[in-house]
Amino acid sequence: MTTKMFGAPVQRREDPRLVSGNGRYLDDLGQDALAAAFVRSPYAHARILDIDVTNAIDIPGVIAIYTHEDLDGNTTERLPLLIPHPALTNPMTAYCLSPDVVKHVGEAVAMVVATDRYVAEDACERIKVDYEQLPVVVGLAKSRAAEVLVHVEAPGNVAAHMVQEVGDAAAAIASSPHQLTLSLQIERSASMPMEGKGVYARWDSDEQSIRLYSSTQTSTGVRAAVAAKLGMPLAKVECIAPDVGGGFGVKIMHPWPEEVLIPWAARRLDAEVKWVEDRREHFISSAHERAQLQDVEVGFDDTGRVLGLSVKFWHDNGAYTPYGIIVPIITSTQLLGPYKPGAYRVEFFSMYTNTVMVTPYRGAGRPQGVFAMERTMDAIADYLGLDRTDVRSANFIQVEDMPYDHGLLFQDGRPLMYDSGDFPASLAKLKALVGWDDFAAYRAQAEAEGRRVGLGIGCYVEGTGVGPYEGGHIQVETSGRVNVSTGLTSQGQGHQTVFAQIVADELGVPIESVFVTTGDTRRFGYAVGTFASRAAVMSGNAIALAARNVREKALRIAGEALEVDPGDLEIVDGIVRVKGDPESSIALATVAVMSNPLRYAFDESAKAATQFAHTGAMDYSKPPVADGEEPGLEGKGYYSPTQATFANGMHAAIVETDPQTAEIKILRYCVIHDCGRMINPMIVEGQVHGGVAQGVGGALYERMVYDDAGQLLNASFMDFLMPYASEVPHVETDHLETPSPLNSLGIKGAGEAGTIPVSAVIASAIEDAEGFPITSMPISPDELWNLRRQHAEGLIPDLRRGSRTTSNSPTSTNA
Amino acid sequence: MSEILRTDLEPLVEITMRVNGVKRTAAAPTRRLLSDFLRHELRLTGTHVGCEHGVCGACTVLIDGTPMRSCLMFAVTAQDHEITTVEGLAESFEESGTGAGTGTRTGTRTDTGITTTMSPVQQAFIECHGLQCGFCTPGFLTTITAYLKENPDPTETEAREAISGNLCRCTGYQNIVKSVLRAAEIANERGERA
Ligand code: FES
Ligand code: FES
Repeated sequence: MTTKMFGAPVQRREDPRLVSGNGRYLDDLGQDALAAAFVRSPYAHARILDIDVTNAIDIPGVIAIYTHEDLDGNTTERLPLLIPHPALTNPMTAYCLSPDVVKHVGEAVAMVVATDRYVAEDACERIKVDYEQLPVVVGLAKSRAAEVLVHVEAPGNVAAHMVQEVGDAAAAIASSPHQLTLSLQIERSASMPMEGKGVYARWDSDEQSIRLYSSTQTSTGVRAAVAAKLGMPLAKVECIAPDVGGGFGVKIMHPWPEEVLIPWAARRLDAEVKWVEDRREHFISSAHERAQLQDVEVGFDDTGRVLGLSVKFWHDNGAYTPYGIIVPIITSTQLLGPYKPGAYRVEFFSMYTNTVMVTPYRGAGRPQGVFAMERTMDAIADYLGLDRTDVRSANFIQVEDMPYDHGLLFQDGRPLMYDSGDFPASLAKLKALVGWDDFAAYRAQAEAEGRRVGLGIGCYVEGTGVGPYEGGHIQVETSGRVNVSTGLTSQGQGHQTVFAQIVADELGVPIESVFVTTGDTRRFGYAVGTFASRAAVMSGNAIALAARNVREKALRIAGEALEVDPGDLEIVDGIVRVKGDPESSIALATVAVMSNPLRYAFDESAKAATQFAHTGAMDYSKPPVADGEEPGLEGKGYYSPTQATFANGMHAAIVETDPQTAEIKILRYCVIHDCGRMINPMIVEGQVHGGVAQGVGGALYERMVYDDAGQLLNASFMDFLMPYASEVPHVETDHLETPSPLNSLGIKGAGEAGTIPVSAVIASAIEDAEGFPITSMPISPDELWNLRRQHAEGLIPDLRRGSRTTSNSPTSTNA
Repeated sequence: MSEILRTDLEPLVEITMRVNGVKRTAAAPTRRLLSDFLRHELRLTGTHVGCEHGVCGACTVLIDGTPMRSCLMFAVTAQDHEITTVEGLAESFEESGTGAGTGTRTGTRTDTGITTTMSPVQQAFIECHGLQCGFCTPGFLTTITAYLKENPDPTETEAREAISGNLCRCTGYQNIVKSVLRAAEIANERGERA
């Protein structure tokens, strides 16, 4: 028997190529293509009065300059609203090139096409745009004040207002023995993949077709959007995601203006055109996420059991809402984490500002929701003088409660129903890993040394593998090579390896013979995309189904050839053989030959399938391809689950804060992670590591600094502080595997997990170290220093906890 | 709208450098960045560009053995220098058969039929899952290769410091640190320097 691949830490099949400089990322393609560059608005809100290209057009090498006036057909219209929602009453989307009023710094105003990117940028600099500046809305406070509107179409700057309620939260809170309120805040960050976006289009004038390459998380989505915008049949547009240098959410948004304009220009100029985003462009014209203001009201009993929870929050969606209100919906639902509050009400407002729009970034609204919930749990524990883990335990959904229906609608429009998880077991593992019960002694010792340390915790549940579906196709060539394709895309998750592991097991072939293609609409046209930690769950299961179909067909054909019942056959190492009699066997490659009756022998192996090749008796009443069969050893499978599958995890951290400088150092970071069965634990571990690092960035370093005029002041890697290795702590992990009952592989998604609770965990730990509430993240040393000063002045109350604290106002834990 | 076709492009200069042991000459404008020159004039696209302002390190190449950020240099300033890019880290040779991965050497047959033996650092990245999307990887590989030449036996803390000038958004650095240590080990096993 071959070694089982599923569950093994198989080395990645993509790596030899990528470590030797043989990757093919977007800018590695189209070396001879014309280059595009964009003139972008320097103002956050302004009316375009005039665009003068006179000084630009004569620059040698400039081929064309386009403004909105030059566009035609559907390209003149607004970009699509990708995810409409009844609560999104005032949706707004941008144009490919702004026709009149720009709504944020970085919005595209003109496009230059030239022989060379340097020349295109020269031209951009010489294009003179006259603007009339308009008043600007930056930040949720200004947006809520609504003295200035971002869009006249959106009164109060409200894009969406949504309420969900289970039970009567207000009554439950009012009748609870204890109540608390918190007001919380979380800042903007961004996906910030190392490779920005990019588009390369080849127009084929003979075939009147477009082949488009985009650094995207959804090639099927881009293809459909571009066909619609360019007024072309879908059959004449192909889209390929080549190697993609990271996505983390920002590249699921589509079509970007450039994804429409580059193929449009390629067709118009009958030439290859390419655009590669530079870092500043990525900061000011892609997407951000996270910023929210949250008000929490909670009622609870003496054990910390939450009887009623009411959350109201304001979500900054930036200037446009093409991706709908997915992020705040996720915040509002996934906020509940592993807990079951008695009654729950959540209300949110999604608000416009003159800033870069907000679309999902790894975690997608969950870090904010978990921040709200976990701050609340800590506040309850503090109020009651209980251990923070005891309060969490008192609220956990228990194993016997599964499947657990929250009575809410999730981001996929389906019930929020947890399928699996063992929260008490996860917590027990976490406490053991971090040494929860020994921390008091550790702290005492540290304090004796004049050091200040704190322990923090954060728990979350993540709905992964949302529908509607993914598919997979598998074809066995007559050489024995197994081609696997699925429509969704890869950005470093190791799909070429994990999907090959699944196929190797299901089909019974060596992994070396399996070749996986993702994100190429020429190979597989039906797909949704890579987001919501869904690739392994969705395409993994679809590919497993496809493999089972191919296996069944192979056994059927081999059974006939060997004159045995297919049920008595097995496939091992690419050989179909009779169980218990390995001598009677036939290679899968030969089965592939037999599956396709031929007229022409194009090579040695094909001879066996030609019309005169058979020996022995033939039944001439039967057609060469049997009824109900298709030629070729290939098969398809689609996986479309009724609902998402819910992964979960719990993190704990020990931080040290410098008593003088307020420098914050993470001493230990511990993760318990449950994503069901792991296809490749090495890759899952890598996903967790990367997620935690992004979480640490969001908790301590990263923020988008806008001034009141809407200028992003830190739009470079020099000023936006993404963590280096020196900032990321050693991550200790342990796994719990509660298989998902929803799919036959028992898997749940793992992509976003690491990021989700980190801000909550770090806030919890800093609060524990400092002895006063932390209500706003990220937090820098100078912010902590300021909080200390305010605390010393009595503006921020002490925590009440145990002997360390004095009592304070019973109904307020925030400044 | 304006569409014109012009041929009187900006003046070019001939630039010559030794890249991965081979003398290469190409014409480019004087303002061409070394990163762009390598990627587009010489078509060595293994060197990546993540920021073009000298912070991320993705574009790091070795110039006379020293790691430098090729996005901060003009190609003309590399005239007559010795450059090593990620494409030059592996030893390549033609070989029949696959030579596929046992022990510490992975041989990889590329489509051209050339077999390459991964350098210790490349091999370590594969073994330790030191890369995800692979975009930052060439910059780490070149940086670590040069570092291990000077410091063949780093501690974990030193390994972490050695990579603290390069950004990676995918891995959280945990496995890159491991890769540095493993690369040192492989180099010692092979009896060679990384
Ligand atoms: S591209 Fe050169 S340092 Fe980032
Ligand atoms: S592996 Fe993707 S940025 Fe480092």
